[in-house]
Amino acid sequence: MEYLVQQLINGLTLGAIYGLIAIGYTMVYGIIGMINFAHGEVYMIGAFISIIAFTILGPFGFASPIVAIIIVLAVALIFTSVYGWAIERIAYRPLRGSFRLAPLISAIGVSIFLQNYVHMLQGAKMKPIQPVVRGGFVLAQEGTFVVQITYLQIGIIVATVALMAGFTYLIQRTSLGRAQRACEQDRKMAALLGVDVDRTISLTFVMGAALAAVAGLIFTLYYGAVDFFIGFLAGLKAFTAAVLGGIGSLPGAMLGGLLIGLIEAFWSAYFPIAYKDVAVFGILVVVLIFRPTGLLGRPDIEKV
Amino acid sequence: MGQVKPAEAFREAALAALIALLLAIPLVGFRLVDGLRGLSIETRFDWVAWGVSAVFFGRLAIALSGTRRRLLPDLKSVGAALSNLPGGLSRFAGGAMLVGALLLPLVPFADRYVVEIAITVLIYVMLGWGLNIVVGLAGLLDLGYVAFYAVGAYSYALLSINFGWSFWLCLPVAGLLAAAFGVMLGFPVLRLRGDYLAIVTLGFGEMIRIILLNWKDFSGGPNGISSIPRPDFFGFPFARTAEDGQTTFHQLFGLEFSPMHRIVFLYYLILILAMLTNLFTLRMRRLPLGRAWEALREDEIACRALGINPTMIKLSAFALGAMFGGFAGAFFATRQGFISPESFSFIESAVILAIVVLGGMGSQIGVVIAAAFLILVPEFLRDFSQYRMVLFGMAMVLIMLWRPQGLVAHRSPSARLGGRA
Amino acid sequence: MSLLTVEHLTIRFGGLVAIDDVSFAAEDRRITAIIGPNGAGKTTVFNCLTGFYKPDVGRMCVAADGQEWLLERMEGFRIARDAGIARTFQNIRLFPKMTVLENLLVAQHKALQRASMFSLAGLVGAKSFRLAEQAAIERARGWLERCKLVHVADDEAGSLPYGAQRRLEIARAMCTGPRILCLDEPAAGLNPAESAELAALVRSVRDEEKIAVLLIEHDMSVVMEISDQIIVLDHGRKIAQGRPDEIRANPDVIRAYLGTDEEAVAAP
Repeated sequence: MEYLVQQLINGLTLGAIYGLIAIGYTMVYGIIGMINFAHGEVYMIGAFISIIAFTILGPFGFASPIVAIIIVLAVALIFTSVYGWAIERIAYRPLRGSFRLAPLISAIGVSIFLQNYVHMLQGAKMKPIQPVVRGGFVLAQEGTFVVQITYLQIGIIVATVALMAGFTYLIQRTSLGRAQRACEQDRKMAALLGVDVDRTISLTFVMGAALAAVAGLIFTLYYGAVDFFIGFLAGLKAFTAAVLGGIGSLPGAMLGGLLIGLIEAFWSAYFPIAYKDVAVFGILVVVLIFRPTGLLGRPDIEKV
Repeated sequence: MGQVKPAEAFREAALAALIALLLAIPLVGFRLVDGLRGLSIETRFDWVAWGVSAVFFGRLAIALSGTRRRLLPDLKSVGAALSNLPGGLSRFAGGAMLVGALLLPLVPFADRYVVEIAITVLIYVMLGWGLNIVVGLAGLLDLGYVAFYAVGAYSYALLSINFGWSFWLCLPVAGLLAAAFGVMLGFPVLRLRGDYLAIVTLGFGEMIRIILLNWKDFSGGPNGISSIPRPDFFGFPFARTAEDGQTTFHQLFGLEFSPMHRIVFLYYLILILAMLTNLFTLRMRRLPLGRAWEALREDEIACRALGINPTMIKLSAFALGAMFGGFAGAFFATRQGFISPESFSFIESAVILAIVVLGGMGSQIGVVIAAAFLILVPEFLRDFSQYRMVLFGMAMVLIMLWRPQGLVAHRSPSARLGGRA
Repeated sequence: MSLLTVEHLTIRFGGLVAIDDVSFAAEDRRITAIIGPNGAGKTTVFNCLTGFYKPDVGRMCVAADGQEWLLERMEGFRIARDAGIARTFQNIRLFPKMTVLENLLVAQHKALQRASMFSLAGLVGAKSFRLAEQAAIERARGWLERCKLVHVADDEAGSLPYGAQRRLEIARAMCTGPRILCLDEPAAGLNPAESAELAALVRSVRDEEKIAVLLIEHDMSVVMEISDQIIVLDHGRKIAQGRPDEIRANPDVIRAYLGTDEEAVAAP
């Protein structure tokens, strides 16, 4: 039982990371109908920028870990967003409106480029840092086994929930959100009605990148080590999460992320850990067979 | 196109430089260094300065000369000429390529290195042609094609090692097994919309790789399978000395032993396999099933209204595409003599897909050009191995920007009213 | 028994009853027009008949050659393949990158696929398949001639002018060898001369082939001229049924559908 609770906490933390990345996939897919294959690499870049920022701050001493994290967060948000913006501007925008697979191949190219670019600049080795936040609450104890929720985990879950709330507000209540939803429905019509479509799409990429940066920071804090390859699998799983939740749906992305985090945590606890990714994809296939548009996706009525 | 005002050009260049600066500072400007006491930082602001000024002056030069707008159309017209090759000319080009391929091992400069690379290119040509059935003709986005390649490779490796089956027996079995995997995967997921299919196939590819990596008793895990039997010439091995009662290839033909024999044999073998794939596809395009593939790519709803069962048509494309992947896999295993899960990672699927899309969806000759390009470029960049993959990714983006519809976008009809096409 | 019998057809989308208890029958060698204001549920009837929607209530039965097919129980492609219902679409759905001839060959998939023995005979180039393919091309040529498309047979379907695309869609539907042909606004976007030509084509199909034609059309001149039977839908319900002269005189139709705009009826 205690073990179960511990895995639940771990799974939620992991799920928060996947969910934040998944939102980036789902938003971009919703607005321009493409799989932004490079999004996983944006997350990896976010993690790298975070770890670099922490290392730079290191010698100044952490007056308070919270201050350090806020500074790093700001740095990571800004620089990662620029990457998100630049990718769209350089590699996707010229291909908008051309043949369906062209942007996908371009995205795969960007993904290969970014991965190897970071590899080339920062080396292949795993980069570890000292834990920034320590300690936590002990929830239960049984013999030597301690169920603990760390301050970090609490912070992650609170931050994710806050981000989700803010984001939902942004999409539903602000003019930017309205423009975004209008572009999703009908880009041409939105343009005719005076929505700046280019700007809206750019901002979508920037927001996606910003959330990926947060996910990258969380990863850095939680696992304490980063390498150039983390983007691929995390991106893959986050995209799986977006599809599982119903692509195009923001709550779906979060739900999908949480589910995948939980599946991974529980599978790792009770079954051979090596096959946890197989389990994740297996569940995706099963869900899609019974609900082809994902858990929260709108069933699309075929227009004939 | 009017003259560009210098002030305007300057502003654009400054903006580009600013963006470049923001991109470069965190990852180029600082480098993490592992030390005894954890990470430390090394700065490389000189690199940033070089990069940013290169972007600034480059952008300024382009903006001032106003060539950006002229350069692209120029390149585009070259591409248009490529794609508008009339049917006869493209057939001529295909014939010339085939003759060239047949003669390649005989030309003087074709040393071991050249032929080996040619074999690699041909493997990718074959994979491209196989995937072209799925993506180019049937329009199904398959991001896990490498899984079928892996199934073929492991089928041959395991069957020949454990049961002593010959290559010629294993080849069809490998193809059939791969096709069976295609059907197994396809049956539940082919109802899904295009992009869902993409993620499921991608997941499937990863699943196969993870299983191969972890099921050590079966696949040897990360160490893979080594000493896979090499091919022989229909029962006559390519060996320096024969085992008891056997005749080697060079004895059979009264030649001096040379390790090149086997390589040249492998070359012709993959050439034949690839050409079979090509002929099969060309033939299928003229058959009702092949036409149904293309029709399905164009409009699935119209297909249903014409009494075509979309699931079966998709499944057939998926299975046949997988089969050729399986053949190629078996060839890969016998050529390398060693396989491990590392050879079947997602990047392979991405490269094969890129070959199909860059070639121009559905174009057979486009696949050859794209495969040659994508395999040879990294090969020539071998000396810059550090930058190889960076340049590779960049090239993929640039080609897509240059020709989004692929190198050869021409489609020749499968039937003509005036007689055969 | 009629070739096509529709009884108590009802379908709801959420709270909206798109079709409410509609029954009708259609016969061989007859043109049955379904008319009604926008949103009356005309295309939805077609979508039910051709299996794109499953009705909530109702029975749709095709009876021919001593066999019966219950459409509501069949998958869409089977309805086209086995029961023999072919259709065109309001917003033309051709295979745009394929040639006109190829479009017509895809329509003959069933026969050709059998002749090619699921590609095996085709791959080895068997004579039986070559003959079947020749026959299919001849059949396509016949329809191209009737639809005045022979000269563009080898052009991409997507490159044809709008009117030609409409005719090609009809030719393609006819190449499936249907028992029932459903035309969804075939005259939409055509000029008067083209409309008249189209009307003649539809009438010749009725007169020369043993099939039933179902026609959704807003162009009243076409409807009144060629229909043998007209069914009027309004808000998903059938409000009238009869010969063109009966419909023209029907006060319910004039009130509910035509409103004050009586010119549309009076014109022909």
